[in-house]
This record gives sequence, structure tokens and C-alpha cells, in this order.
Amino acid sequence: MKKVIIYTLLAFLSALFLAPFFWLLTTSLKSPTELYLFPPKWLPSALHFDNFAKAWTSQPFNLFLKNSLIVTCLSLLGQLLSSALVAYGFARYKFKGRDALFILLLATMMIPWEVTMIPLYMEFNYLGWINTLKPLIVPSFFGAPFFIFLLRQFIMTLPVELEEAARIDGANPVQIFLRIITPLMTPALVLVGVFHMLNSWNDYLGPLIFLNDQSKYTLTLGLAQFRGMYGVDMEGIMAVTTLICIPPLAIFFMAQKHIVEGVAGTGIKG
Amino acid sequence: MSTHETAIIPPQAAKRRSKIKWGRATPYLFILPWIIGLFAFTLGPLLFSLVISFFDWPVVGQVEFIGFRNYSEMFTEDPMFWTSLGVTLKFAALFVPLNIIIALGLAMLLNQNVRGKSIFRTIFYLPSVISGVALAMIWAWVYSGEYGILNYFLSLLGITGPDWLNDTTWAPVAIVIASLWGQGTMMLIFLAGLKNIPKELYEASSIDGAGRGRQFFSITLPMLSPTVLFNLITTIIAAFQQLTLALVLTGGGPMRSTYFYAMYMYENAFKYSKMGYASANAWFMFLIVLALTMVVFKSSSMWVYYEGEMKQNGNKKKAK
Repeated sequence: MKKVIIYTLLAFLSALFLAPFFWLLTTSLKSPTELYLFPPKWLPSALHFDNFAKAWTSQPFNLFLKNSLIVTCLSLLGQLLSSALVAYGFARYKFKGRDALFILLLATMMIPWEVTMIPLYMEFNYLGWINTLKPLIVPSFFGAPFFIFLLRQFIMTLPVELEEAARIDGANPVQIFLRIITPLMTPALVLVGVFHMLNSWNDYLGPLIFLNDQSKYTLTLGLAQFRGMYGVDMEGIMAVTTLICIPPLAIFFMAQKHIVEGVAGTGIKG
Repeated sequence: MSTHETAIIPPQAAKRRSKIKWGRATPYLFILPWIIGLFAFTLGPLLFSLVISFFDWPVVGQVEFIGFRNYSEMFTEDPMFWTSLGVTLKFAALFVPLNIIIALGLAMLLNQNVRGKSIFRTIFYLPSVISGVALAMIWAWVYSGEYGILNYFLSLLGITGPDWLNDTTWAPVAIVIASLWGQGTMMLIFLAGLKNIPKELYEASSIDGAGRGRQFFSITLPMLSPTVLFNLITTIIAAFQQLTLALVLTGGGPMRSTYFYAMYMYENAFKYSKMGYASANAWFMFLIVLALTMVVFKSSSMWVYYEGEMKQNGNKKKAK
């Protein structure tokens, strides 16, 4: 009896959580006339896949996609490299001021983004980076506190024997880092990579503040603009929204195990 | 924020890790990227933001030192400051407890001995991976007054739903609900916390005749209180940073009913180009968030229970 109640509850809640996704998908496949019916139709009478192509080509979404891919891929590269290097330094070396610096690193996680948003804008403006993709890419090459913290915790669980053996064999720190630590770190790097990709792909405020010209827009910005212009073309908006949701969902399903365990293991998210 | 997490590292590992040496500069070279980033993108901007908050600093034009005038103007001459602060506090008052209750409730459901747990867990987490803009787009259509699915469901229950996003009472609630949809991370954290509670505690207490409710308040909540503390702090901070949803879903309206503090600040900076004034706004928010965090931390000794002894034992086991 108790089981029945729990299952019913779980099923009901799942339906609640999935309903918006379902509504998104069916709307994107409906014809405009079917959209504005009350009571709403659950399933479209015919699947209008052409909604996708029509909406996608009505705006330079290919260009936005290219920008989003450039930002996500380059910043991912920078993030993995820099965060791993810094994490390794903190995890495996004893040096003057290490503990104080690490506390500082943890403390910087608490600074709200809004506080640095204005000076960062001015800084990038001074550097001539406004309306380029650089503000969305370059900072990733200097590590992110949360990712550094996460990777450091992971490295500390690895045995040092391999590194010691390599050191005795004459390997230098860079070789040890690249040949020994990096392969062992793969699970943690996957987790950091997934978090970073989601953050970067989904980012709206960064592009909103740092980009003005439509040719530089990322997908999120393009979608927001699309809605502003075509506020009534709901099936088109839903079609583009569906497409934008696909990569994060795909990444999530591929790396699901890592995410669930990673969040559980560290207790926080980036 | 997560300093307590570092305690997980076994002390023995700390001793062993000092053995690799290759010139004194090596460790500093490894952490150099972060040091540069710290000055260029974090601490530097933070301090610069404090400095310009004492200036009249338009994007184009004369920069002028005005002391505390930005701050005094904010408190005494700017009704929008109070409006946005009120909107944000109201949002936080609704969102923070609901978010914790829902995430904890879902985690407890998933912690039961049921089949297909991982599928349900995936479903509840799913909304957390999509973007703020996409999420806002979906909800904008769900909330549609005339054709929205939400009002359709309400009509099945005999309720005439409001025109959610165009109603000063319901627009803030709409943003709360849409935000709650993305509670997945918190649920996972609670779930991990629940898994760490030793089963023996429940077994012993049910032998002693404790009911489910009693067990929840005497075992689950105390054992979970550090997790609740952590989630409480992150949610408060998140509430003050609420911007994307309001920008895309309501644009701050109707009648400024969803004009969040972050949006007020954003507009001062990028719409009215008052960089100095907006920085003062930002620092006020920073101080409020710090103060709230401190209050929560200080009060935590009264209600947070750290399983000191048990954790140490666990670590010893791991270290061997």
C-alpha cells in the first residue's frame, strides 16, 4: 500500500516536471491554427517539421550557432587546461602561502557576478573587446574557482606512488602532469567539462552585456531577440527553443553518471 | 562557502603530497593562471567596483568624485531602489523555503526503496540542464493566459487561472514557479546527504517505537542540517542574482512587480550608463548577501548538527 502511494506520487510529479517539455515539443510541431485553440490540443493533427527549418532560417541562426560553438569549444579548452594545472599545483605541492591562497580561492566563489559585471565591462571596453567573443572565452583560460576546487579534491584521492616513480625515472613536473595525472583525472575532467559546457552554452547575461552586434550573437541571445521580433510566431519560437535544448540534454544523458556522482560528491554546482 | 568540504581529505594524504620537488617556482607556475585571473577578472574588478561607486562615472563624459553621494541618493532619493529591493525580498521569502522543501521532499521520495529510482531522478533533474532563456521561453507559453496549458489544467479543476505574466500579483509567483522547476542540483545534494545517514539510526528508533514523523524531526532533519545550511546560503545568493528569467519572461513588469534588484542594477549600468551609481547598487547587494550569509552561519550553531565523531571515524577508515 505504501509502495503504491509512493509510485503514484512519483508518477504524478514526473508528469508535472515533464509537462513543460512535452508542451514545448508538441507546440513546435503544430500548425499556427492549432496553436490557438482552447481547450488546447495535446498532439498536433499533423507533424509540422517544417516549423524548424522555417524558424531557423528566418534569422541568421546558423551564424549564432557558429558563435555559440566557438565560445563553448574554445572556453572549454581553456577551462580544462587552466583549472587542471592550478588544481594540480594546489593538490600536490607544499609552498609558502598555499593554504591562505586556497582559502582565498574558495572565498572568491562567493562574489556575486553582478558586482564584477560593471568593472569587467569597463575593462573589456578598455581592451577593445566589447562586441567580440573574447570576453566570453579568454577568462576561461585562467581557471574557475569551483572547478579548481573540484579537481583538487579529486587529485588528492589519487595515490602519489605513480608520480614518485616517474620522478625517480627523471620525468619533470610537466611530463608528470601530462602523462600521469591527466589520464587519471579523466572522470573529474569530464564532470568539469560538462558543467562548463552547460554554463557556456546556456549563458545569457554575458553575451547580453558584452555583445551588441547581431553578427556576434550567440544562440541564447539570438533566441531572445527572435522572440522580441516574432512574438506571435509561437511554433517557431518553440522550434528554436527545442533545438537549443538538444545539445545540453544530449550532453547530460551522455554524462549522467558523472554528473549525479559529481554533484553528490562535492555538494555544489558551478 | 564550501570550506567544510575540505575536511574530507584524510590527514595522511596531506603529509605524503609534499614529496615532489622541482625547483621552488614550480608550484607557483602551476597556479599562475589562477593568480593572473584573480587580479584581472575577480579581485581587481571587485576593488575597482568599490572605487567607482564613489564617483559619478558615466560611460561617456566627465568622471567626478562625489564621495558617498551615490549611496545616499540610493537610500533617500530613488524609489526604484526600494521597489526592486522589496520585489527581491518578496521573491526570496517565497522561493528560498519552497525550493528547499521541494528539493528535500523529492530527495526523500527518491531515497525510498523503489524501482526505477534513477529514471525519476533524471526526470526531476532534467530542467536544470537547459538554459535560462530556453526555460523562460517554455514558461512564457505555459503561462499564456488564453492558450496556456497551465490555465487549461486549472480550468479542469474549476479554477479560472489569472493572466499570469500580466498580473501584478501573479507575475512574481510565475517567476518563483519557473525557478522551482530547476531545483535539480539541490535535490541531488539532499539525496547525497540522505544517503550518508546511517540506517542503524532509523532501525534503532523504530524498535524504540518512533513513528515516521518523529523520525523525520529527530533523525533526518538534524543529520541533514549541514546540507540544509549549505543549500540555504546558495539559494539566498541565487535569489539576489535573479535576472535572466525576469528579463526574458516579464521584462520587470507588469507595473514593476518583477523588477528585481539585479535588474535595477543592470538597467542603471547599461541602460542609463550610470556606472558609478550601479556599482554602489552592486556593493550594497554584496554587503546584504554577505550579511545574510553571516547571520545564517552564526545562527547555524543553534540548529546545525555536525556528526563530529562519526565523520572522524569514517575518515580514519578511508585513510587506511
